[in-house]
Amino acid sequence: MTLLGHLITGLSLGSIYAIIALGYTMVYGIAKMLNFAHGDVIMVGAYICFFAVTSFSLPPVVGVLLAMVVCTILGVVIEGLAYKPLRQAPSLAVLITAIGVSYFLQNSAQILWGADYKSFPNFLTVNGQTGVSLFGGQLNVTYTAIVTVLACVVIMLALTFFTSKTKMGKAMRAVSEDKGAAQLMGINVNSTISMTFAIGSALAAVAGVLMCSAYPTLSPTTGSLPGIRAFTAAVFGGIGSIPGALLGGIMLGLVETLTKAYITTSLYDAVVFALLIVVLLVKPSGLLGRYVPEKV
Amino acid sequence: MNSKKFLAGVLAAAMALSLTACGGGGQTSTPSTSTPDASTGDGSTPVAADGTITIKVGGIGPLTGSTATYGVATHYGAQVAVDEINALDSDIKLELRFEDDTGVNETGVSAYNTLKDWDVDVIYGTTTTGPCVAVAAETYADRYFQLTPSASSPDVTDGKDNVFQMCFTDPNQGLTAANYVADNNLATKVAVIYNNGDAYSTGIAQGFIAQAAERGLEVVTEQTFPADTTTDFNVQLAACRDGGAELVFMPIYYGPASLVLQQANAMGYDPQFFGGDGMDGILAIEGFDTSLAEGLMLLTPFNATAEDERTVTFVASYKALSGSDENPNQFAADGYDCMYAIYEALLNIDNLAEIAAMDPAERHTALCDALIVQFAGEYDDAGNQTAPGISVDGLTGSGMTWQANGEVSKDPMVVVVENGAYVTQ
Repeated sequence: MTLLGHLITGLSLGSIYAIIALGYTMVYGIAKMLNFAHGDVIMVGAYICFFAVTSFSLPPVVGVLLAMVVCTILGVVIEGLAYKPLRQAPSLAVLITAIGVSYFLQNSAQILWGADYKSFPNFLTVNGQTGVSLFGGQLNVTYTAIVTVLACVVIMLALTFFTSKTKMGKAMRAVSEDKGAAQLMGINVNSTISMTFAIGSALAAVAGVLMCSAYPTLSPTTGSLPGIRAFTAAVFGGIGSIPGALLGGIMLGLVETLTKAYITTSLYDAVVFALLIVVLLVKPSGLLGRYVPEKV
Repeated sequence: MNSKKFLAGVLAAAMALSLTACGGGGQTSTPSTSTPDASTGDGSTPVAADGTITIKVGGIGPLTGSTATYGVATHYGAQVAVDEINALDSDIKLELRFEDDTGVNETGVSAYNTLKDWDVDVIYGTTTTGPCVAVAAETYADRYFQLTPSASSPDVTDGKDNVFQMCFTDPNQGLTAANYVADNNLATKVAVIYNNGDAYSTGIAQGFIAQAAERGLEVVTEQTFPADTTTDFNVQLAACRDGGAELVFMPIYYGPASLVLQQANAMGYDPQFFGGDGMDGILAIEGFDTSLAEGLMLLTPFNATAEDERTVTFVASYKALSGSDENPNQFAADGYDCMYAIYEALLNIDNLAEIAAMDPAERHTALCDALIVQFAGEYDDAGNQTAPGISVDGLTGSGMTWQANGEVSKDPMVVVVENGAYVTQ
């Protein structure tokens, strides 16, 4: 029964990682850059939703939608101002810029909203209960956990449909395959990349709200560590691959929770990253990543 | 070319924006100093023509960064005391200047150097342990008297005769908590959850565990987590529950503590939770459901809702100075008491006028030696105390005295959360 509880915790944590990892993996797949500011977009999304619900008393659904809109705009603006001018620059320059943007967002949040913790309200209650009690109270499953896993599945299905069936999705895949050739085929590479950032940032807002619903402390650095973990998940599953992000995220969540439960509560990060190293040694492109040989 | 110019423009704008933003933040967090202008003079000598002596107190603490809450509070608290002291009919005035260390060790040392350039006499700080250890090493070498409101590690004072603490050391706090639990028969089976990546949390936990064994309390499990960014405590809580702990001791900060309470509630586990002074602030978290903290006990030196006259006056002055409606926390009270302790000690120095007339370079050394005697008392060669040090009545305790190793002696205070407010036990 305890094991089942841990598995559910791991699954819901993993789903959050997976949603964040999607943002990393899509941007990497298409723009070939690591957007380290992604974690901080999550934080911004959570703050927007927090203030919409607590200060302006808007319904939670409106709060989430508002957070998605703001994050989408933020993502596109960041891309346009910070990354687009560096399209032809070495990838290292873009990487450093992304780290700079990450700190810029964190510090701006600190100035705007202060450094102290905010406690995120729990929207997902039914008749005042935060979860369902199973097996005579031995197992408690929160509604947040259920919604998180469901949201992850829905997002994954929608994205798979989007990239395989829609015109924009196909354009994205084309750009990720070969930027130059895609441009020659009449695909607007810049707007495709902007679109990727828009989708990734909207997902970040959802991830932020879900994460803070499950673990309700919100501070300007809330997004940075989950961002790093989700990046790990993306690499784990094979960066650039959408199912890989899902698999990597869930695996990471489960490994983390089970390590905490049965091995050590203080060294779980070490175990998680050791596992990452092992996976990358055996399969350098990640679990579901494609190995693309360098053409000379 | 165009895009480059545009980028340059954006970067310049962003920089300008961040500069003004910092400036704005700095201004709002700086309490107005009410030091008389005459006494500061040209800065070469602190003795004014009318005989008043102005001692420059240099504060260091985080005014920005993730621990800014503590530094800002301690700054305002100290300023309230300085304003009160300067309004007294006394020849001794204090001038407080507070430098931001952002909670970072290196920045703390830079802030200390800035204060040295200002010809500081006494160092008040730093607020957090890490920078305090770094700055204490410098003040010990340079011979400045240092009093920290809240850096509680024994490392802060270890081997340094010039550094004193206003707060309990970490192991002492743990020990006091274990004694309280045993004395009041709160539980026989206890569990401990602490952050083993943090010296503060680990220090209290070890003090508690050692004393718990001494007092016959059974520690059923010791659960750890690696950093305050940890968000999931289900595993640790499950271990406490499965071990049958009636009381969970959590010497951790209020941020993670709020998550522990929330998750314990979600899993239907309801032991007596007991926290250290880092738990103070939990009721002030914006959006926190205070009913989760109902019954929570914590060891804290200060209760802002207490009704004695001094606390009431302090709370009112603090609110007026900070311009916010939030109650001062223990860091503010510690800061307030630090100023009074320094003032009390200065009053007792017989040759203060003589010391004050010295050059800045000699002044701080002479003052340091004189203040050490005032705080710790005098000892003969055999190590026996021949004269007692000062005894200070403050907001965080009555009859506070100091040992030669820099530790404070005062009675602990335990509060319990009832109806969303602290009630002193």
